[in-house]
Amino acid sequence: MRYVPHPSPLHAARPAVAAAFCLALGACPFIVVHPVVVGALALIVLGCGAACGVGRELLRVARWTIPLTLLIVVVNAIVVRDGLTVVWRFGDVPVLGQIDITLEALVYGLAFGLRLLVVALAFALLTAAVDPDAMLRGMRRLSLRSALAATLSTRLVPVLARDARRMADAQRCRAGVEPSRLTLMRAVTSGALDRALDLAATLDLRGYAHARRPPRSHRPWSRHDVAFSVSAAAMLGLSIAAAAAGTARFGTYPELHAAPIGGALAVSGALALSALLPFADRRGVG
Amino acid sequence: MSDAVLDLDRVTYRYPGVRRPALREVSLRVAPGEFVVVCGLSACGKSTLLRAAAGLVPHVHGGTFEGRVAVGGRDTRDHGPGDVAAVAGTLLQDPETQIVMTTVRAELAFGLENRGLGAAQVARGVEEVALALGIEGLLTRPTDELSGGELQRVALGAALAGRPRIVLLDEPTSQLDPVAGDELVWLLRRLNEEWGTAVVLAEHRLERCLHHADRVVALDGGEVACDAAPREFLAWAPSVLRTPAAQMFALAGLEPLPASVKEARAALAARDLGPVDGEPAAAPASPRQGRRARRRARAGAALALHGVWHELARGPVLLRDLSLVIAPGETVALMGRNGAGKSTLLRHAAGLMAPTRGTVTAAGRVALALQNPGDYLIHERVADEAPRAALEAEDLLAVADRHPRDLSGGQRQRLALAIVLGDPADADHRAAVVGLDEPTRGMDRGAKAALAERLRALARDGAAVIVATHDAEFAAAFADRVVLLADGEVIADAAVREVLTGGWYFATETARVLDGALTAADGAALLGERRAPAPAAPEAVR
Repeated sequence: MRYVPHPSPLHAARPAVAAAFCLALGACPFIVVHPVVVGALALIVLGCGAACGVGRELLRVARWTIPLTLLIVVVNAIVVRDGLTVVWRFGDVPVLGQIDITLEALVYGLAFGLRLLVVALAFALLTAAVDPDAMLRGMRRLSLRSALAATLSTRLVPVLARDARRMADAQRCRAGVEPSRLTLMRAVTSGALDRALDLAATLDLRGYAHARRPPRSHRPWSRHDVAFSVSAAAMLGLSIAAAAAGTARFGTYPELHAAPIGGALAVSGALALSALLPFADRRGVG
Repeated sequence: MSDAVLDLDRVTYRYPGVRRPALREVSLRVAPGEFVVVCGLSACGKSTLLRAAAGLVPHVHGGTFEGRVAVGGRDTRDHGPGDVAAVAGTLLQDPETQIVMTTVRAELAFGLENRGLGAAQVARGVEEVALALGIEGLLTRPTDELSGGELQRVALGAALAGRPRIVLLDEPTSQLDPVAGDELVWLLRRLNEEWGTAVVLAEHRLERCLHHADRVVALDGGEVACDAAPREFLAWAPSVLRTPAAQMFALAGLEPLPASVKEARAALAARDLGPVDGEPAAAPASPRQGRRARRRARAGAALALHGVWHELARGPVLLRDLSLVIAPGETVALMGRNGAGKSTLLRHAAGLMAPTRGTVTAAGRVALALQNPGDYLIHERVADEAPRAALEAEDLLAVADRHPRDLSGGQRQRLALAIVLGDPADADHRAAVVGLDEPTRGMDRGAKAALAERLRALARDGAAVIVATHDAEFAAAFADRVVLLADGEVIADAAVREVLTGGWYFATETARVLDGALTAADGAALLGERRAPAPAAPEAVR
């Protein structure tokens, strides 16, 4: 997973705004917990990804997260003893004791897994559509060294992955017996340390050790900066208002209770409109 | 007060835990606007000299440092690499470890931002250096999508973005094909002439840069053995340091030794020994054989690729309908630009990649030494990496107790070869095909000659040898046949003499000086024939 440059309104927005938009998408399912809204949010984030050309990257993350969601559903159903509607009785199981699967525990697990999916997708959108270098530049005034350490550690991951692939190929070419895993691990570790030393030398040569705080820059706000700021604020505002008004309230224990589905659908529609509308304006994205 | 942009005064340096100094009493002054080439055999101290000039020695590497290095008047004992970077841009061998940021624009801006420049100054600096190096089209590209040549240009751009007074380069062309390598050296020449930037360039392949140099500094065992203009350097240089054209002149007894192809051609023309004007040699073509002949050739082959395609899912085609047959005992050089498909072909031969269409068959085990010999080295002692007999065959028993990462480039390559070849006495695992991918990177001429001899010995023992290389001189030294690839296709497949004497880029330097002279020895022999007085004509009898 890495940044994918693409001519899109989200890519064109300043990194702080684009990051705030993605974080707002990730925060909404913690404010409005109705599974219909959370499910709609998952589709909204995928839609945002498709609208800014990183849909494939997001789908890849979804493929990894959906099995995790199902695992959460299963584990929650087995472990949690709350809920009144028993749908399956396993009886006494050694070590675990009496296991009754309840509808409430299943639904809670599903809702929790959906929230996890939305958060994973929102962070994937952030990674794929927000330029990390520009983010770093934005954070220099706050904490240069921590920001750079974070960026470099993410940059080292693909470099080390390539090194590991090369080493694996080299080991396949060896005559005779293959080396033990421990030997390989030691070699990979020492290779990573060599890489880190080379990188440290490069940083030193670029004057990083004496890096100064950059002067404040005054970049004018573009139409995309404004649109995504308004969109992020609107999504958070809508979610808070819906939670306060109980339009999309939802609870699981001891029994399932939820607001009428019409309210949840209305909130979902409003969130979709707020999130996707900024993508309609494609002026100045190239 | 010194007006030199770089001033080393009696510098002696030892790496931590090493008794032998890497630099010994080195004194060197580089004036503003000078172009200095640093050369010498492997491990002679070239890289250490540059690292001392950049302030990395001793600040990053530690060790014992005596003497004084001043860069733009800044004493490196008081100023670290960060301070020195304001005066000196540095470019090291491996471009991948010199790229810090995700996009090219951010990479070029990084050094300027570290100096605390405002956004407008940074933007201007980035634009100017991108235009100067011709990389403006790459500015929005992610750095992990760039080719080796592009990466090296971007790393050079990052080093030059602050308009340093001197640029220090450690074998920057070692990972580039001849085209990209020549382009980079010409770029340095332009910077030197148009901006007055002093250049200190460490390089093994002197034929690439000698004609641009004002001075050549040769190091031997960490000491300055020669510091002179190119012609005087050539007059002093032992054969392993001479360019192929100069070696040809030396063998033919011609003086002065030429510093460039142009000089060599002019000198020969002045003596009436130059190339005979006429039609240029026809480009060699792939031999067309009948189906039955092709099948017969494949049947006895050590390695046969038949109609091999490799198409990446959602990516380009790496190999296109490639067919190639290599007989036992044959030595083949695979040549072509970066990305032409050389490494992919070798990986198919060794079974590391499978063709999407077509077949690859080998008569036995394929031993492949990949590009980076360091990838094979996983133990703490050389002796643990390969069987004793394999080490003996590669002449590595003397270093059996050393750490593999302490070996020189040439020794590492030989160790990788020992690892992939295994025990020569084990007939069951003897390799039918030996492949090497770019084995001469960072090697001096002596090490290359030794490797060429070893490859010929393997071929004499019956192995088919196939080597991907950019080095035409090395190909001429070991190969019977050259296969030239472009965009995954074979565009020439002929005897080494035919291919490497009939081109501009894929030709040896001696062939560019004298048509038909593949190596310096060939050229000297040819010159000897042309210089020999014609037999006296019998007197006419009236």
